[in-house]
Amino acid sequence: MDTVLAITFKGGVVLAADQSNARSIISYQSNIDKIKELTSHSAMGVAGPNCDLVRFTEYIAKNLALYKLNHDGTQLSTKAQANFCRSELAEALRKGPYQVNLLLGGFDKDVGQSLYYMDYLAALEKVNYGAHGHASNFCLSIMDKEYRDDLSEDAALKVIDHCIHEIHTRFLISQPNFMVKVIDKDGVRVVKFGGDPADT
Amino acid sequence: MSYDRAITVFSPDGHLFQVEYAMEAVRRGSTAVGIKGKDCVVLAVERRALAKLQEARTIRKIISVDERSVLAFAGLTADARVLIQKIRVEAQSYRLTMEDSPSIDYLARYLARTQQQYTQRGGVRPFGIASLFCGVSSDDGAPELYQTDPAGTHSRWKAQVIGGRSAKSLREFLEKQYQDGMEETACVRLAVQALLEVVDSGAKTMEICVVRRGGKKEMMEEDAIETIVKEIESEQEEKRAPPGAASGGDPEYV
Repeated sequence: MDTVLAITFKGGVVLAADQSNARSIISYQSNIDKIKELTSHSAMGVAGPNCDLVRFTEYIAKNLALYKLNHDGTQLSTKAQANFCRSELAEALRKGPYQVNLLLGGFDKDVGQSLYYMDYLAALEKVNYGAHGHASNFCLSIMDKEYRDDLSEDAALKVIDHCIHEIHTRFLISQPNFMVKVIDKDGVRVVKFGGDPADT
Repeated sequence: MSYDRAITVFSPDGHLFQVEYAMEAVRRGSTAVGIKGKDCVVLAVERRALAKLQEARTIRKIISVDERSVLAFAGLTADARVLIQKIRVEAQSYRLTMEDSPSIDYLARYLARTQQQYTQRGGVRPFGIASLFCGVSSDDGAPELYQTDPAGTHSRWKAQVIGGRSAKSLREFLEKQYQDGMEETACVRLAVQALLEVVDSGAKTMEICVVRRGGKKEMMEEDAIETIVKEIESEQEEKRAPPGAASGGDPEYV
């Protein structure tokens, strides 16, 4: 069961996700990247079957690229991107649903950082921090206690580290590797990962 | 007899009149010049005088299609808008299914195929558009220049002109002046020189875009264009001056 975590800080968003690709009793991979970059300043952490993860994120990303081309280089705001995702999930819900739970984080010049929580039934909520998967049972209380409005990037990364440590200690399923990314005014960048996605 | 003028069917002597009329619409459009150099392609487009109350920046004649490609068209603006939308969606569709960027050849062929389809279907008319489509196909690829026309043909060119009444004479001008493997500055100069034959002097009448090897696109600033225009005009002035004339008269003031 996938773990996706996210927390906002003053000037950006931290997204973290486990790196295991497993089904039933088999582990296929332990180095996949579940945090897909959508535009230069937004990314989406996705929990769910790999097929829906890939289909949904690539579809959204290409449509966002098309929007940018059609609008003279203007990118959709994070809020608009989140609402677009939600409406696509809602459309598909009663036709061929995507079984994905998302945390979409982004940075806009005018409003700063924002984080949106979405589930597979197309619920959407703007949040300061969030978690998907079984791990949410362990991590949300840590985030409740440690979140502040004026967190620095380092402090936010520490909160994520606390969450990951708790998962390693208390969660039954082994998730040794985590991918952590930060989105700020300079774009999306990888902070650290347990397994290199480039290793085939 | 006259039915072949209204829809795209063959005339008794083998003409597709609608396609030929569409090409006439292209001739009424503004001129666009494309020049391929060693590491770049230059697109230069005539910018016709706008109405005083119109916002100049909303009229774009050189349009981004994909990350590494641009398109300039001559003919009906509204038709161009529709075609460009189709090709943009196709480029993203290709990226979604193939997990790779489409080559310039692929997109040019798609554009041409679309234009041809509208010459062979009932109830539609051809697009009144000829286009100069250029870009690079890969990270280190050389730049390519393609042309499409209302008939739906596409071909690759080293230098080409579309639109305007003087396209034929401009093409002859390019054939004389073009050299293989030109550097960027030489390409831009040649493009400006060609356009100056048909437009009023000045940077405001031209829009120039350079696509470099590797895919970086750049629209030239008005000042840079103005400099080049002045250089070319002063050279032409000097050529026109009678031999042995004193070099009085400041070359800057033409």
